[in-house]
Amino acid sequence: MATSVLDHAGTAAIHQEKTGLWSWITTVDHKRIGVLYGASAFFFFLLGGLEALLIRVQLSRPDNTFVTPEFYNQLFTMHGTTMIFLAVMPFSAMFFNFFIPLHLGARDVAFPRLNAFSYWVFLLGGLFLNASFLFGAAPNGGWFGYANLSSRQFSPGPNMDFWAIGLQILGIASLAAGVNFFVTILNMRTPGMKLMRMPMFVWASFITQLLVLLSFPVITVALIMLMFDRLFGTHFFVPQGGGDPLLWQHLFWVFGHPEVYILILPSFGIVSEVMPVFSRKPLFGYAAMVFAMVFIAVLGFGVWSHHMFATGMGPIADTVFSLATMLIAIPTGVKIFNWLGTAWGGSLQMKTPMYFALGFIAMFIIGGLSGVMHSAPPADLQQTDTYFVVAHFHYVLFGGSIFALTSGAYYWWPKMFGRLLDEGLGKLHFWLMLIGFNLTFFPMHIVGLHGMPRRVYTYSAGFGFETLNLLETVGAFILATSFVVFIFNVVKSWRSGLQAPADPWNGATLEWAIPSPPQEFNFPEEITVHSRDPLWEMKRSAGGRLPEPVRTSGAGIHLPPPSIWPLMAAVGVMLVFLSLMLHEKTGPVGIFIAMSVLFLSIYKWAFEPVH
Amino acid sequence: MAHAEAHALHPATNTGIDNRKLAIWTFIGSECLFFASLISTYLVYKGKSLVGPFPKDIFEIELVTAGTALLLFSSLFVVLSLNATEQGNRKKALLWLGATILCGVFFVGMQVYEFTHFVHKGLTLQGNLFGASFFTLTGFHGTHVTIGVIWLGTMFIEMLRGHVPPAKALNLEIAALYWHFVDVVWIVIFPVVYLMN
Amino acid sequence: MLESTVYQLLTGCPRMDQRNARRRSLAGALATFAVALLAGCGPASNYKQSSLDPKSDFTSMIHSLFQVEYYLALAVFVLVEGALLYVILRFRGKAEDPEPEQVHGNTLVEVIWTAIPALILAALAVPTVKTIFRTYEVPKGDALQVEVIGHQWWWEFRYPQYGLVTANELHVPTGRTVSLRMITQDVLHSFWLPQLAAKRDVFQQRTSTLWFRTEKEGLYPGQCTEFCGLQHGRMAFQVMAQSPAGFEQYIAAMKASAPPAAPAASDSAKPTAMAGTTTTTLGATTIVADTTQGAQLFMMKGCIGCHSLNATKPMGVGPNLAGIGTRKYIAAGWLENTDQNLARWIQHPQDVKHGVIMPNLGLTDAEAQTLAAYLRQH
Repeated sequence: MATSVLDHAGTAAIHQEKTGLWSWITTVDHKRIGVLYGASAFFFFLLGGLEALLIRVQLSRPDNTFVTPEFYNQLFTMHGTTMIFLAVMPFSAMFFNFFIPLHLGARDVAFPRLNAFSYWVFLLGGLFLNASFLFGAAPNGGWFGYANLSSRQFSPGPNMDFWAIGLQILGIASLAAGVNFFVTILNMRTPGMKLMRMPMFVWASFITQLLVLLSFPVITVALIMLMFDRLFGTHFFVPQGGGDPLLWQHLFWVFGHPEVYILILPSFGIVSEVMPVFSRKPLFGYAAMVFAMVFIAVLGFGVWSHHMFATGMGPIADTVFSLATMLIAIPTGVKIFNWLGTAWGGSLQMKTPMYFALGFIAMFIIGGLSGVMHSAPPADLQQTDTYFVVAHFHYVLFGGSIFALTSGAYYWWPKMFGRLLDEGLGKLHFWLMLIGFNLTFFPMHIVGLHGMPRRVYTYSAGFGFETLNLLETVGAFILATSFVVFIFNVVKSWRSGLQAPADPWNGATLEWAIPSPPQEFNFPEEITVHSRDPLWEMKRSAGGRLPEPVRTSGAGIHLPPPSIWPLMAAVGVMLVFLSLMLHEKTGPVGIFIAMSVLFLSIYKWAFEPVH
Repeated sequence: MAHAEAHALHPATNTGIDNRKLAIWTFIGSECLFFASLISTYLVYKGKSLVGPFPKDIFEIELVTAGTALLLFSSLFVVLSLNATEQGNRKKALLWLGATILCGVFFVGMQVYEFTHFVHKGLTLQGNLFGASFFTLTGFHGTHVTIGVIWLGTMFIEMLRGHVPPAKALNLEIAALYWHFVDVVWIVIFPVVYLMN
Repeated sequence: MLESTVYQLLTGCPRMDQRNARRRSLAGALATFAVALLAGCGPASNYKQSSLDPKSDFTSMIHSLFQVEYYLALAVFVLVEGALLYVILRFRGKAEDPEPEQVHGNTLVEVIWTAIPALILAALAVPTVKTIFRTYEVPKGDALQVEVIGHQWWWEFRYPQYGLVTANELHVPTGRTVSLRMITQDVLHSFWLPQLAAKRDVFQQRTSTLWFRTEKEGLYPGQCTEFCGLQHGRMAFQVMAQSPAGFEQYIAAMKASAPPAAPAASDSAKPTAMAGTTTTTLGATTIVADTTQGAQLFMMKGCIGCHSLNATKPMGVGPNLAGIGTRKYIAAGWLENTDQNLARWIQHPQDVKHGVIMPNLGLTDAEAQTLAAYLRQH
């Protein structure tokens, strides 16, 4: 008899949901870690949103003095850095954590403590980055920190140290999670779940993790070199010492381009889950959808210099990267058509998750088209570094990722929290967000083509930027209001929301087979799947409906015990980086202490009993 | 049989590869990109230093070749130790693991000596691009070797206490995989940095 | 009718006129979209710095490519968004509807909708590659050579063919190719001249190039578009395209900014003193010095340490001030060159553009005005 992922070895134990702060601090349960990611991501998202509103107020009028140029430069740098690394990625991580094991029919991820470690490192890294504000020294070199502005000579304060170190800390969190989910997906699928039967969200996450694993080391090296320049006096990116700022750009964008696919692929996965369920028919062209994502990921490593068309790399390089970029538009377009094909002939259930999924498609089309416009280098010579590209990436990152993540939030909320969110408020959220979003970002295409550069703390009157900028600011506030509606919906659902059944949407995947919220052990028994839509298949065999699953005692199910060592190791990582940043004050002693904390924590972690 | 025992406490995996083994392979794959970036930087800046000292002024090939040879042999030694572990021969396993660790310690020692010597000769992190890229690349590699030595050292102590029976050979195998990776990276660094001049 | 929309939105209750309510919501969204779109309408000439208003051969070439990609994008937009809207409206269902046909895919359809985008992109690729190569070929012939040097936060321009240097306002002749060779003195900048030359980033170790020829006289604004620190937002410049004759006059005027070398001392010819100047003879050299109050302040307050009034000699870390009196803008191409602004810029540079190297010198109002008047003469 083969053992399975749902092994019943070990002493019998009745599973009770643990409560209290300590249980959250020591949790290794993927569902709780997912919730932690989500709550933290939402907090940072609001911070990033506040930064955006301050930017928009400053830009609402020409020659405005609402904020100083110093603060403005910190605002736009932190807005970008926060939204990318502390909002979109951890929102995706919330869903990876909560749902990948459920989709696979597993009890948890391959390495639960490593999972917790990833979360704590992320949280500490995010807090570290934002602590810079307390010193009035938030990063101010743009989210891509171009050399040699980022050098000690031209950025003398600690701002860019916070940035370089903060991102390295976050990189460790992402890499650890990358290894974890990569192994989980390959190794912990329930019987019958061949790779080509996995839910699309799992496929998207799998490819995302691969991108993380291959791209994050590159930026780690770049950041190490920048840190060495700033802290130890090397000249990797300092022209006076022979260093070449263009090397920074290449290293950064070899990471940076796969990063944007890391940001969007999970969203593709979410939409590929929502569209079939709310069209009541299977995803159109599953295999093509998988191969399209694989193609996008592979090709995504070959287009990085399309961010550098204005540097004058020469006609051959420009041509190669231009054609590669155009090529990548094909699988992306295919995905859109496949989503349309899913809805075609379906019975569209117009619930909130579907609104956001459809909104995603509508907005992503626009973002994709402006992306294709950028792909032609001569045209890009007018568009890059202007508000046109700001419009482009907000259409794909907000219109794309945020809309899709919001769709996922409404879709999976009942499963995660056992409560239904209000449909009316959800639709209000949608319309406010759609209108606010387009009002904010569509005019940016126009104002960019008409001559407004990006990252400018103000602009002069008489260039024709005034009206559109004011409109954009109004739009931003409407957008902000949409999130107030969401918060209100969450609070309302917490206080008096309807209890959610296991399967409120007539879902196709395994998470809908268990109670809402799931019990700690997820599945009482192992499920064997025979198709891509296992729950639809199960419902069909049962005559259309399945009975509401009962909560069981979970006796005999062994789960990994909670542990403090992931948090302690994360603290160790933080201390190591702090001791580097402050090495002039704390010296080698500081580094030694920090490393001791780290090594001790890893040692205790390694030798902690888990059976 | 040893295999079945080894898997008793761990559920079967879809790929047939233990989770931790797959994890170390995945990590190694990621680390390849890390070192590829460092090596690329070294190559991009090769010949671009504005001032000396230059490689031909600095390198003494004999010592580093000896270290390289030892590192290569250490990979063989750790395989022999793993083999002995799987067969339950604790004494042999300890012997070969000890030899591996000694080679690793020598390699790190060689590097520390080399670095000190180069600094005396005027090559520093800050001095020129050669110094910066050389010390960063080989320094990070050396750090990886050191971590490997600590890891193998811990395994050695565990083995002394009898905690590495054949059923737990996988623990050593995973450490050995990491060690092989560190060795392979050096096999790339050595010719690129020291021989290609 | 509005109430039913609001009712539906707030309660989520499906009603018989839900379809109408949704249609109205959709219409509302589209209307907002249209407002956003149309608010930007108006001829491109309303926008002083518009890239959609090409005035040179280089930017016209780029604009042609832009138009190809724009109309292609517009067509795809209408088709695909239209398909999306159609699907939403046509296939809306209710929970009680029967299960639709469980289609898994259609290979032929998928092949077609992979091939069509590929063809569209191929159609775009051809003019793109052609234009790429053309933009890198500097036209042969007698080009005006201009060297551009980016600084935090101003632009230096040199004419190697004339031995002249200036700042922030570049004069070029119409009907002649201008060949720009560009570097930076400090961090990365980007030279963006939307109507004439598009943009190029500038580096320390490599020279970036751009070229253009315009037939239209005028003042063309440009701006730095690579984030370069504190005052990136105020690092603009102007290009003044003049008729060839006007350009020659400009060059002559700039050359005349050099202090006149008096003829060698001889018995028969004594240098004529100009009003407000004194003449001193030091050995064989005769120096004619401008001793108006402004000139004295210019020296005593230290301006001379950073700024030169002599366009024939690059000197000092600050912008060359030859011709500043007639430049349209100051403080790097964005502040109108009125007497008031000029005095304010001289007196309170840190208030006008915080972080620039020029310090607040503690000048009195009178001193600032005197200096401004003095500069007005140059």
